[in-house]
Amino acid sequence: MSRPSETFRPLLRVRELSVRFRTRGGRDIAAVSEVSFDLAAGECLALVGESGCGKSVLASALLGLLPANARTSGSALLHHPARDAAPGPAGQDRPLDLLAADEATLARTVRGRRVGLVPQSPAAHLTPVRTVGSQLAEIVRELKGLRGKELAEATLAAAARAAFPADHLDRCPHQLSGGLAQRAATALALVGDAPLLLADEPTTGLDRELVERTVDELRAHTDDGRGLLLITHDLPAAERVADRVAVMYAGRLVELAEAGPFFGAPGPRHPYADGLLAALPERDFVPVPGMPPELGDLPDGCAFAPRCARAGAECAQLPVPSDGVACHHPVTTGRSVSASGRREGSTA
Amino acid sequence: MTAAPHPALELREITAGYQRRAPVLRQVSLSVHEGEAVGLLGPSGCGKSTLAKVAALLHRPYAGTVRIGGEAARGWRHRAPRAQRTAVGVVFQQPRLAADPRLTLAALIAEPLRATVRAAEAAGRAAELAEAVGLGGDLLGRRPHEVSDGQLQRACLARALALRPRVLVCDEMTAMLDASTTAALVAVVEDYRRRSGAALLAVGHDRTLLERWCDRTVELDQQSGTRRCTAALRSAPRAPADTTAG
Repeated sequence: MSRPSETFRPLLRVRELSVRFRTRGGRDIAAVSEVSFDLAAGECLALVGESGCGKSVLASALLGLLPANARTSGSALLHHPARDAAPGPAGQDRPLDLLAADEATLARTVRGRRVGLVPQSPAAHLTPVRTVGSQLAEIVRELKGLRGKELAEATLAAAARAAFPADHLDRCPHQLSGGLAQRAATALALVGDAPLLLADEPTTGLDRELVERTVDELRAHTDDGRGLLLITHDLPAAERVADRVAVMYAGRLVELAEAGPFFGAPGPRHPYADGLLAALPERDFVPVPGMPPELGDLPDGCAFAPRCARAGAECAQLPVPSDGVACHHPVTTGRSVSASGRREGSTA
Repeated sequence: MTAAPHPALELREITAGYQRRAPVLRQVSLSVHEGEAVGLLGPSGCGKSTLAKVAALLHRPYAGTVRIGGEAARGWRHRAPRAQRTAVGVVFQQPRLAADPRLTLAALIAEPLRATVRAAEAAGRAAELAEAVGLGGDLLGRRPHEVSDGQLQRACLARALALRPRVLVCDEMTAMLDASTTAALVAVVEDYRRRSGAALLAVGHDRTLLERWCDRTVELDQQSGTRRCTAALRSAPRAPADTTAG
């Protein structure tokens, strides 16, 4: 909605990103296949899909946190945000390929500094035996090089930025509620002023009110000019804050769409995305039949075909993404644009 | 209110928690009738999971009585009499924590059957349960680390249904899961309840889901359960649960 359209300069440009895991049996697990997308500053892209579809592997790949048996291909170019780059000629901004960068570069210049991670399950992300204040101070010291009184002040400011109450800084993680633990983790991610935030299922296990507050806070940081990649299976949360939605199925992006049309009218175009939305309790509450395929044993053609009511002979061929949808038979039935949402219409 | 002589599950004036001086729940009462589905809503930390554990005879309350099918609970956890213990089936929020990592999914589902003398029929019943929750083929031979959260939760639900419980307690069963798996698991529960007439206590914080799923929803108060439950009778539309999972 609020996309800077005049000169679309992506913060992150991912092209043909694939991740393969080699298992001990010699089998290849295709966790992520040929994923391409752009993310601009000030934009929130929600990556949605069933558990085990490769969403979190994608996030790990962008941070160089994959295990040793993973092999990646493609590129993920991280650009400097426009405000840092001099307005001079091109070439000032040399992007960094996150997939090709070595561990030292990632550790010293990327993680926390250029890419902030808001983790899944903050309670597990925080060190259990140290107070939030000491963990936050450590990050501020490492990233900003502050000491003494300045450090204490900067730590307080860092806590305030994520709306973490100052009087809770001397508490250990187990003394915090889920919402406060989430804010503590967000505060850690924001310290380095990273222009790109990766939020990996930041709302799992939180109640609806906290989910909304958490994603609203992430959205506020996005509106400050950061790019946010929100990985989630919580569709209502994605609908609340996302500018664009990327739907992942069996390691591939099957649909990339503007959030407004996707959640509203005319609705999603890929049959899987359509089924996923229809499964919501506020909609049809009907599951997509079957289960996601094994990532180690994917068919040559469309991976969704065995579960798809619209599948035909063409689906034995891998669909080429066009106009944001990778499907031979996208959902096009004329649906009523009523405010009450749609009920029938998706079952062709 | 109802014709049935006893509610399937009755919690009366339950005071429970983890520190005697600061109980999480104080004098909370709740009844679930035969064949009824009740959704228990509340913010995180208000004690709804504690109440679910008390209802499943997994946590001894400081005061109050639990009646299952009209009969007062006589013990808790492993001390509960087998007939009462097996009358309640439980599905927890985190399948990873609720599954023995050494067991295959088939063994996981069959475990309650093997523990209750009915070893002979265990294999057949386990296969039937696996099919009902949509697990098949080589998935059943795998261990928990080899399957996704959704698949493992399906196995945990099958395990909870193995002994044909009269009361099913689902504590945030779907909080970790995506929309499609959620709808599939709810359909499995509703299918079982339609055939068996079992009662359901579904605990969660997703109001939309529970209002769609349950006959009525009950809200646990914010003030750490210091007030009694404010029971709000709602006529929530039931899901069109005719679809069988997978």
